Amino acid sequence: MTRALKYLALLGYVVFLAFPLLWLLSTALKTPQEMAALDPTWIPRRPTLANFADAFAEQDLVGAGLRSLVVAVATALITVALALPAAYALARFRGVAGKIAIGWVLVSQVFPVVLIIIPLFMVLRRLELVNTLAGLTVVHVTFVMPFALWMLRGYVRAVPRELEEAAAVDGAGRLRALAAVVAPLLVPGVVATLLFSFISSWNEFLFALVILKDPEVETLPLTLVRFVGPEGVARLGPLAAASLLATVPSLVFFAIIQRRLRSGLMAGAVKG
Amino acid sequence: MTALAERPYGRAGGGSRRGPRSGGGLALLLPALVPVLVFSVGPLIYGILLAFTDARSGRNTETSFVGLENFAELLSDGDFWESFRIGMIWGLSVTVLQFLASLGLALLLNQDLRLRGVARVLAVVPWAMPPVVVGLMWRLVYHPDAGLLNGLFGTHVDWLHDFSFALPAVIVVGVWTGMPQTTVVLLAGLQNVPKELYEAVSVDGAGAWRRFWNVTLPQLRPVIVAITSLDFVWNINQFSLVYVLTQGGPGGRTRLPMLFAYEEAFRYGFFGYAATLGVAITIVVLAVLGLYLWRQAREGD
Repeated sequence: MTRALKYLALLGYVVFLAFPLLWLLSTALKTPQEMAALDPTWIPRRPTLANFADAFAEQDLVGAGLRSLVVAVATALITVALALPAAYALARFRGVAGKIAIGWVLVSQVFPVVLIIIPLFMVLRRLELVNTLAGLTVVHVTFVMPFALWMLRGYVRAVPRELEEAAAVDGAGRLRALAAVVAPLLVPGVVATLLFSFISSWNEFLFALVILKDPEVETLPLTLVRFVGPEGVARLGPLAAASLLATVPSLVFFAIIQRRLRSGLMAGAVKG
Repeated sequence: MTALAERPYGRAGGGSRRGPRSGGGLALLLPALVPVLVFSVGPLIYGILLAFTDARSGRNTETSFVGLENFAELLSDGDFWESFRIGMIWGLSVTVLQFLASLGLALLLNQDLRLRGVARVLAVVPWAMPPVVVGLMWRLVYHPDAGLLNGLFGTHVDWLHDFSFALPAVIVVGVWTGMPQTTVVLLAGLQNVPKELYEAVSVDGAGAWRRFWNVTLPQLRPVIVAITSLDFVWNINQFSLVYVLTQGGPGGRTRLPMLFAYEEAFRYGFFGYAATLGVAITIVVLAVLGLYLWRQAREGD
């Protein structure tokens, strides 16, 4: 293949990947008149921020954003707190039980979420946790757990066992060795897993749809869908504006962790 | 952003030596097993058991064991088969297209080209976006009046509500969303192919195509098998994206199995039946994957 052809192909990819994003941005900055015009314009003739103000006026974006924040932070903290000791054990002690547990994490991906959401819904209903943020958090922890375990196990494995053993031999004792030697090395991995769990929860839609029934407890993805009316007639400008805002936290966090996420993913893929 | 794929983690900590005394190991494995049991194994077993009951959503309804009744009903349910057919078309075409598109992109990103930085950033953005936003964004693209597509083509098609265009339109969005993970994994695989192999065939005077066919592809094989398997599982279980795009319409043309199960469970309240559907899809996925992995293993020998 000649170089020109390669550039043409790469350009094709860039266009395919970028055009919906640019269109979203463009729509968010357009006036209703311009949107109704027959010829679509890429760059709004009279860019406006009115759509953002309208978005806040039409739906309770602040409330929904705060609720999403609470659920996502709680999910991230609980998931990592539960998964970290587990991941350490899975990485360091390779017994049959550990192999089965990590094998299960993989196998569990095959099951469709309905098989999890229905029993969880029934349990939550018995505990009076349907329609509560606590209930949604429990479900999100369940949903993020396998991947968090997988990632953390990879990061623990990357800490050379010799370091830990050397510290333990020096008379530091196993726990002190963990705290002094292993913990600092794990910090970046733990942060990456926290942020990944946050993003997963912040973006999650199906479980929220099932668990949260009232507008007063809705999280952001549910509120976004409200911009599309029952008849599919949407006010496109505010919809685009709100969509953009809702994506910002995920994008920022993702930018921070993406390289670590890749290595976490690879650790699993290569060393099953 | 520098090298997309670093060396895989975990090489350093390897070794198959046993850990220190197994007593301490067991105590440490407990925190590993408890979350997995409580949050993953437990709900799934409960869910699978529900498939053999007539569980309903009502608070005080009696639930009883019905054996394989739900499965019999499922097999004679025309709506299920239609949803199943759509699910397979969706799952297979998105997985294949996503793989081909990502392989092409990964090969380009692996070369010294100028636009590479931009393309790399763009290639991971869909990964970070909430599926709901992806759905809403593409609704704007496909919008019959204010949309981009009709404006560009001078057509007046309501893409997402058209009986013949809806499914292809949704498949395009599926490919767009799923490309990042696949591209990243394939690129990592490409960068792990030993350079010496290429040098060896270059000496033979092999062209780019032969190099790709004889070196790259065989070396990538395990990675390709792993990522396409995962993609297939993820795609067949897709819900949010299509729910936001079409809600399964028009006339059920994009009603993937998970949308069908969602409706059965949470619109009509048939928990048992929806669980049966989940089990049935699991069996199909396992069968497809089994066949695929078995064939790959045999050809790999």
